[in-house]
Amino acid sequence: MMKVNVKQWLRRHTRDILVVAALLAVAAVCAAVMALTAVPGAHVCVRVDGAEVARYPLSQDRRVTLEYGGTNELVIEGGRARIESADCPDKVCVRTAPISEVGQTVVCLPHKLVVVIE
Amino acid sequence: MKTTRRIALLGLAAALALVLSYVESLVPLSVGVPGVRIGFANIAVLFALYRLSAADAAVVSGVRILGVALLFGNWMATAYSVAGAALSLLGMVMLKRFAKLSLPVVSAVGGVLHNAGQIVVAVCVTRTVQIAWYLPVLVLTGTVAGIVIGLVGALLVSRVKL
Repeated sequence: MMKVNVKQWLRRHTRDILVVAALLAVAAVCAAVMALTAVPGAHVCVRVDGAEVARYPLSQDRRVTLEYGGTNELVIEGGRARIESADCPDKVCVRTAPISEVGQTVVCLPHKLVVVIE
Repeated sequence: MKTTRRIALLGLAAALALVLSYVESLVPLSVGVPGVRIGFANIAVLFALYRLSAADAAVVSGVRILGVALLFGNWMATAYSVAGAALSLLGMVMLKRFAKLSLPVVSAVGGVLHNAGQIVVAVCVTRTVQIAWYLPVLVLTGTVAGIVIGLVGALLVSRVKL
């Protein structure tokens, strides 16, 4: 068994540890600030190519078929919005978790479509 | 290194990167955040960067993206990849040359930059700044995935005989 000298390893990798710690700290601070300033949204805003094309209240359950450059099935349910199905090639929008807070988005890049909470 | 030998090695690394991209697409990674990736293909790029040269790493990365675009024909995803890969490679080349960091840490920064590049493209394409909301998660996953891939890459770099 090779014995690892922890002290020596730490000394040799000081820069490495600092860089990784900095990255993690940036992520943690941003996440914390966002979690603390999170505001429940009121509207589900559908944007295509940067322009708003539709807006629905988040409080009413509904199901809309969005036809912009393709089909995305938007579902608003229990104060949360998500894309249930779509005919885009990557399905990133379908796999994105449901959103409910101001600023959260579901993106379908192939259709240039964004669902954002406001 | 002899030209023939270099071309053969580059072809090998590029082919490996392509296969790894495909394997990656088979892994169902459903964390609910768009853009989260393990980055298997980066193993081949790291190998080229550390054992061949920065230019060779760019060739491997470029051929991979072109190959994926031709094979799977998703041009929107290609725009994402180009921005992510270019930014990531640029950062890794700089760090390797100017900072005394271990390979896994260089890879971690590469992973984060890859995600950042993709977010920038997404924000530009959709003209919606709010997409940056996903950045903290992507920085975290980019760091972790980058380190893991970097550890594998470091093993290859130190053990493969050319």
